[in-house]
Amino acid sequence: MFQSLPLLSLLIWAPILGGIFVLLVGSRQRESSKLFALVVSSLVFLLSTLLYFRFDTTSVLMQFVEYSVWIDTFNINYHLGVDGISVPLILLTTFTTVLVVIACWVVIETRLSQYLAAFLILEGLMIGVFVSLDAILFYFFWEAMLIPMFLIIGVWGGPGRIYATIKFFLYTFLGSVFMLVALLYLYSKMGSFYIFDLYRLPLSLAEQKWIFIAFLLAFAVKIPMWPVHTWLPDAHVEAPTGGSVILAAILLKMGGYGFIRFSLPITPDAGAAMAGFMIVLSLIAIVYIGFVALVQQDMKKLIAYSSVSHMGFVTLGFFIVFSIMEQAGSNADAVMGLAGAMMQMVSHGLISAALFLCVGVMYDRVHSRQIADYGGVANTMPVFASFMMLFAMANAGLPGTSGFVGEFLVILSSFRANAWIAVIAATVLILGAAYTLWMYKRVIFGDVANEKVAGLQDVSPRETSFLLLLAVAVLLLGLWPAPLFELMETTLNQLVEHISQSKVT
Amino acid sequence: MKDVYLAIVLAPLAGAIIAGLGGRFIGRSGAHWVTIIGVGISSVLSLFAWKHLMFDGGEVYNAEIYTWLKLGDLKFSVGFLVDQLSVTMMLVVSFVSWMIHIYTIGYMRDDPGYQRFFSYISLFTFAMLMLVMSNNFVQLFFGWEAVGLVSYLLIGFWFKRESAIFASLKAFIVNRIGDFGFLIGIAAVLMYFNSLDYMQVFSQAGTLENPTLSLIPGMEWSVLSFICICLFIGAMGKSAQVPLHVWLPDSMEGPTPISALIHAATMVTAGIFMVARMSPLYELSETALSLILLVGAVTAFFMGLLGLVQHDIKRIIAYSTLSQLGYMTVALGASAYSVAIFHLVTHAFFKALLFLAAGSVIIALHHEQDVRRMGGLYRYMPVTWFTALIGSLALVGFPLTSGFFSKDAIIEAVHYSQLPFAGLAYAAVLAGVFITALYTFRLFFLTFHGEERMDRHTWEQLGESPGVVTFPLFMLAIPSLVIGAYLVGPMVLGDYYKDAISVSAGHAAWFNEMVSHYSGAFDILVNSWKHAPVWLALAGIFVAWLCYIRYPHWPGRIADMSAVIYRLFVRKFYFDEVYQAVFAGGARNAGNALWQWGDVRAIDGFLVNGTARAVRRFSASIRTLQTGYLYHYAFAMIIGLLLLLAVFVHQLM
Repeated sequence: MFQSLPLLSLLIWAPILGGIFVLLVGSRQRESSKLFALVVSSLVFLLSTLLYFRFDTTSVLMQFVEYSVWIDTFNINYHLGVDGISVPLILLTTFTTVLVVIACWVVIETRLSQYLAAFLILEGLMIGVFVSLDAILFYFFWEAMLIPMFLIIGVWGGPGRIYATIKFFLYTFLGSVFMLVALLYLYSKMGSFYIFDLYRLPLSLAEQKWIFIAFLLAFAVKIPMWPVHTWLPDAHVEAPTGGSVILAAILLKMGGYGFIRFSLPITPDAGAAMAGFMIVLSLIAIVYIGFVALVQQDMKKLIAYSSVSHMGFVTLGFFIVFSIMEQAGSNADAVMGLAGAMMQMVSHGLISAALFLCVGVMYDRVHSRQIADYGGVANTMPVFASFMMLFAMANAGLPGTSGFVGEFLVILSSFRANAWIAVIAATVLILGAAYTLWMYKRVIFGDVANEKVAGLQDVSPRETSFLLLLAVAVLLLGLWPAPLFELMETTLNQLVEHISQSKVT
Repeated sequence: MKDVYLAIVLAPLAGAIIAGLGGRFIGRSGAHWVTIIGVGISSVLSLFAWKHLMFDGGEVYNAEIYTWLKLGDLKFSVGFLVDQLSVTMMLVVSFVSWMIHIYTIGYMRDDPGYQRFFSYISLFTFAMLMLVMSNNFVQLFFGWEAVGLVSYLLIGFWFKRESAIFASLKAFIVNRIGDFGFLIGIAAVLMYFNSLDYMQVFSQAGTLENPTLSLIPGMEWSVLSFICICLFIGAMGKSAQVPLHVWLPDSMEGPTPISALIHAATMVTAGIFMVARMSPLYELSETALSLILLVGAVTAFFMGLLGLVQHDIKRIIAYSTLSQLGYMTVALGASAYSVAIFHLVTHAFFKALLFLAAGSVIIALHHEQDVRRMGGLYRYMPVTWFTALIGSLALVGFPLTSGFFSKDAIIEAVHYSQLPFAGLAYAAVLAGVFITALYTFRLFFLTFHGEERMDRHTWEQLGESPGVVTFPLFMLAIPSLVIGAYLVGPMVLGDYYKDAISVSAGHAAWFNEMVSHYSGAFDILVNSWKHAPVWLALAGIFVAWLCYIRYPHWPGRIADMSAVIYRLFVRKFYFDEVYQAVFAGGARNAGNALWQWGDVRAIDGFLVNGTARAVRRFSASIRTLQTGYLYHYAFAMIIGLLLLLAVFVHQLM
């Protein structure tokens, strides 16, 4: 019965329409709007699992394709489809949204229905980004996505939210403009916005470099890479918990998705030429940001910096591919880097979401994010402390958790390009453990530090539910990542095959 | 046999999960029963597996359990390799763990974290078994880090104590430094062997004897030496070899049962086991073996010295553990892998015994750990005294005890090694025998003999520990006494390990010499008086007797006379101070500098805020447009977006 269903459209529009519905009727119906949002997001998640179960892992083609003409004059189409790269990210999106809805259940007191609506709409737009096969459609979702996020931080954020939102907006918006220019240039050469047409378009090395840089400005800000990362800590600090979760779990992945969907296949020669530069930036992010994270006093800032450092593995994994192909001439080895980077995106989505939710749980009780305001939380919240231990260890890349797999593969593959890259990247083992566990020690361990900690209540069933879901996901992907790689493998092989061919005419 | 091996691993895991998640429901006795039964199953089945392999002519088992991850031709799986080496480890790990589970009932009786503790030590047993039974590097690394995790959790078990949580963090991070090297080693293995499966790697090891790699231009390194040294860095972290040893003494902040289980008998020997497991690789790199000899010798000698000046009963034993791990490492460097594992086994029993005996003393003295406030306890705790004596004699290498056979074999093996540093290592392990005897009996005399220095209140309540404590003491004392004599024939002189350990012909001199001199345990025993180690050990015990029983004022005078050296020992050669200042302080300073100068000033101050200032000026002028209504902003943005789009599209046309 599901065979004929326009599944992707449903995934985009069901949450958006649901969000609009909540917006229209919700302000009078606080309780039922919560329930409605939970039902919608859960249904969307269940629907999205169909993508996984019905996905043909042997096919190199786009699947679940939908096509209809949108703006005929410019050959802009409503063209949707998914492959092994987008499916994991869509699942991550739908899963995280459910958690966010549960997380804000009782915590958000003002304009709850608008808040829920913003997340539902945001979910649809994010899925739109991952399924668009038309560059303009992609761009539409890409920019539209900013609006609910902007509102979430700007309305429900902390005291410094205006500065943070402006910084966030300017950074990301300025970057995207260049991407639009690049897309329009590509259109002028190809006469099509269909992404796979753009893949086939021959381009001179100079053209590729310009386009690569334009894409880079958009994606580097989103992911974010050093040195355009400084908006992220500010945005996280001001964002409400749910905003931080979506920001870290999904919005950062947009940058990674952009690289793997646009930069690598459209400008492979420029990618090869700039690989060294990109690798250096990634390594700086891993090490430099690791040190910066160490000295943060604000838990959210610390996790935000940790995100930048971990996302360094994503860009490293993407661009190490060129280095490996040049050195070893073997595509099979290059796939490991890409797969590791993809795994790292999914895993970081789960772990950063979990850590931000953990901070949220404490913030709701103590109303502080400062490490110094805590100490000895394990005494009063033992169940919570156990959950956070798991997520802290996952953040430190402990084998058996999802955090290990991506970093492990990226380090293994980068050794093939250059042993030094692996050595520098592997410092994450030490730095990641140091900043995560030092924070954990100061916040959770020790004797009860103050009255507020003494009066803490352990996690409620509602809080347990989302932490438990994440714990299961983190452990499952760590202990048995094989299904995820099976999902991605064919697509990634195809991609590496594609980018190993020069497009220079 | 697959089911048996699976059960060996999963029974402790099941116990850990039930006690950990369901601790509240099954209560205290439920928690200890479920974990003791779990580890008991492991123990009995390990014994069965050992018998199957050793006596019933069973096959070595090497197979995959499930595919962890597959990419193209590359497959990482979870699987078991059960051969003579791993089955020996399985037996030691599960048996010692079992005894310690029982002991814990007594030791942790009044602790509010009772269930949590049982869950952790059961989880540890699972992780350690995964480590030793692995047939590939990924699972090895999983076990390697998982035991590190449990060690971290258990050192910081009393999480209210600042010293405990500091020690746990320190242990984890120092171990991570080792793991960093280990991971690079694994990456190199994958690159050059295209597999992480032991058997595939070992079978190709010979082909990699000559290739080199160059990390620093102009310097060519043998690939195998690089791999072996990187892996050994991991072993240095886990097995606490200088200079990564600093975490082990501090780990004594954890409850005593885990000091015995994790920080003496099992986890810290993981590095020794790993090198023995990788013997086909290490045999091809004399550079790596020489380095191992040197590191082991330095650890064995210098860490033993530090044991002489400690006052905390557990820390004295901890330094002894460091020193004994150094002995094992020296044996590895001399290609005497079988001897290293032999000493690992005997040490596991007698050192666990010593720790548990110390724990029994600590219970009796109401958690007093300073030997200056003990003394004369043999009157009140005869069982503890007796078993501690056996443990001490074994540690010293007194003839007939298990430690005698294994330590003697190490010294002999180093004696015949031809590698650079072998002479130095030989001197270090010989001198180490005297030092070992001295600190061991210093501890023994100060604790059990001489003046009774505890306070009156404690003294009035002195008494022997309960049966759950003394039973494991006996159970460990028996192997501490006899297992050396039983195993020395097959393990050192015989072919116990078959193909599990390989020694190249060029490095087997020690083996040939020993086989030509001795025919078995009895032979070794009756010839022992002809060799220096026995006399050195006796001399050490005698000096200890002089200093701590006969003339108790001597040690203070000696300390005064050699104030500089004494201070150097008390400060533990200043490792902690230097590390704290250079690495911990350095990292914080680097972090602050990068953050304040890089992020805040350079990037935000210069790059971003230039823009932001412009924005502020801009926003000041359009402030009048701000209405405070969300939809106005949102609407304005969408319009702006469309306008922008329109302009571009227009230009394009």
